[in-house]
Amino acid sequence: MNAPREPGVQTPILDLAADFPILSRPVHGRRLAYLDNGATTQKPAAVIEAEARFYRESNANIHRGVHWLSQHATELYDGARATVQRFLNAARADEIVFTRGTTEAINLVAQSWGRPRLAAGDEILLSTMEHHSNIVPWQLVCEQTGAVLKVIPVQDNGELDMAAFEGLLGERTRLLAITHVSNALGTVNPVAEMTRRAHAVGAVVLVDGAQAVAHQAVDVQAIGCDFYAFSGHKLYGPTGIGALYGRAELLRHMPPWQGGGDMIRTVAFDNTTFAPPPQRFEAGTPNIAGAIALAAAIDYVQAVGLARIHAHEQALLDYGTRALQDIPGVRLVGTAQDRAGILSFLVDGIHPHDLGTILDAEGVAIRAGHHCAMPLMTRFGIPGTARASLGLYNGLADLDALVAAIHKAQALFGTRGGTAPCTGRAA
Amino acid sequence: MSDLQDSLRELYQEVIFDHNRNPRNYRPLPAASHHADGHNPLCGDQLTVYLQVEDGVVREASFVGHGCAISTASASLMTEAVKGKPVAEVEALFRDVHALLTEGREAADPARDFGKLEVLSGVKEFPARVKCATLAWHTLHNALVGEHETAHTE
Repeated sequence: MNAPREPGVQTPILDLAADFPILSRPVHGRRLAYLDNGATTQKPAAVIEAEARFYRESNANIHRGVHWLSQHATELYDGARATVQRFLNAARADEIVFTRGTTEAINLVAQSWGRPRLAAGDEILLSTMEHHSNIVPWQLVCEQTGAVLKVIPVQDNGELDMAAFEGLLGERTRLLAITHVSNALGTVNPVAEMTRRAHAVGAVVLVDGAQAVAHQAVDVQAIGCDFYAFSGHKLYGPTGIGALYGRAELLRHMPPWQGGGDMIRTVAFDNTTFAPPPQRFEAGTPNIAGAIALAAAIDYVQAVGLARIHAHEQALLDYGTRALQDIPGVRLVGTAQDRAGILSFLVDGIHPHDLGTILDAEGVAIRAGHHCAMPLMTRFGIPGTARASLGLYNGLADLDALVAAIHKAQALFGTRGGTAPCTGRAA
Repeated sequence: MSDLQDSLRELYQEVIFDHNRNPRNYRPLPAASHHADGHNPLCGDQLTVYLQVEDGVVREASFVGHGCAISTASASLMTEAVKGKPVAEVEALFRDVHALLTEGREAADPARDFGKLEVLSGVKEFPARVKCATLAWHTLHNALVGEHETAHTE
């Protein structure tokens, strides 16, 4: 790597692209610079192999067969739960519920914790920077219960307005639902401090960890939150599997939200009794292979080390931030002091979707649009941004490819040098 | 130079940039007899199309809104193309442009001369962007048939 370095920028330390088979395939005849990790991450060979090996060697349904394969599959599935428990530093394995992903985990809490408990006038506190999946489930439960949403505003630099947060907390606050890391801006929120403040008024706290778990070590006991949700596919694991951490004391008192096999103790037409958590919340045959492959993904990132991943990505983030700021006509959206993995930006005179198409032709994969965070885009008065999001396998070459492709787009649009013709309409 | 790079140059031609920078007929039309809204929420592309129809002929056409270069240029070129045409001819043009953008030249009327609109055909090599080019046209169609629902193409 011969890219010029500026003093003060750390050097990225990892070189793991070879572990990820897809990264060696060219796209449009170019080396792939995959910078859409916020949408989903690529999978290491170890994860692909773990899923294939399950079907090749261990496939059977869990929790019901007396035969050897069923017991073997059950052990692997339970082992995956224990891996997630250690990964989040949860106190007990039965505090981990497997779900399809973050979205289903949040819906589970909304319907099983929220719906039976919330009453008209109760307040659910969330923030302007939430992903739609941490807004819409609460809107649904508000319609069902008469509870109301309160929204913590975001400052111009992409950080939460903590003074406003303090002001919004009150005796009607029943729940704080807050993202750990903003998927659109990369802002890392002070979730431990916010949890303490919310608990002080008697509220329960759910943290959306979808964009956090791949970038830094997460300790749910240190945060102190009551619920923590994440998806496997943003953590180098498969799609269709994720987990909800819920404090045992809360899960114990929550009713099932889906009925079916595996979640019952006894069934009779006059009285059905339910299994204890976590089975109570896992109706039907779960994504067994997915859970086992998720555990393989966790083993992979833990073998690399989350502290090293964090240091590596912070070095890339510093490098990318400076490189983008050096391009005339490029403006970063979200410049919070504490950011993880995300470079969200606008290029004068080039709509994010045009930019995305031109970058794609150069082999640079980014996301363009509102990032499922429309209220946040409205807050900044923009229809969307271009977003480059980092993973552990990215290197300086990927960011250099991004910068070169932006220069190409500016040349094509005739906007090089930031003298973009402006029609006076929204970007 | 990959095939896609060639396709990119075919799509992003000077006529697209020209109409993106200086969209024609970019204004509301107070005397409009027909108007409709179009919105692709995933993209953020949003526009309103205004038409002044007299004696079955589109006398004036205009639009306001915001979006990517493809959607803006498509709307701008469209307003130029439909002005002065009978409504029935505009509807036939809508069908042919839609065929051109989604299926290709051979799906449209062989006798159709697309003129400057031909440049939009480059979009079919970019499946994710076809909806950008067609939004203005669906909105035009909705305006003509008196559809009050917002048009969308995603």
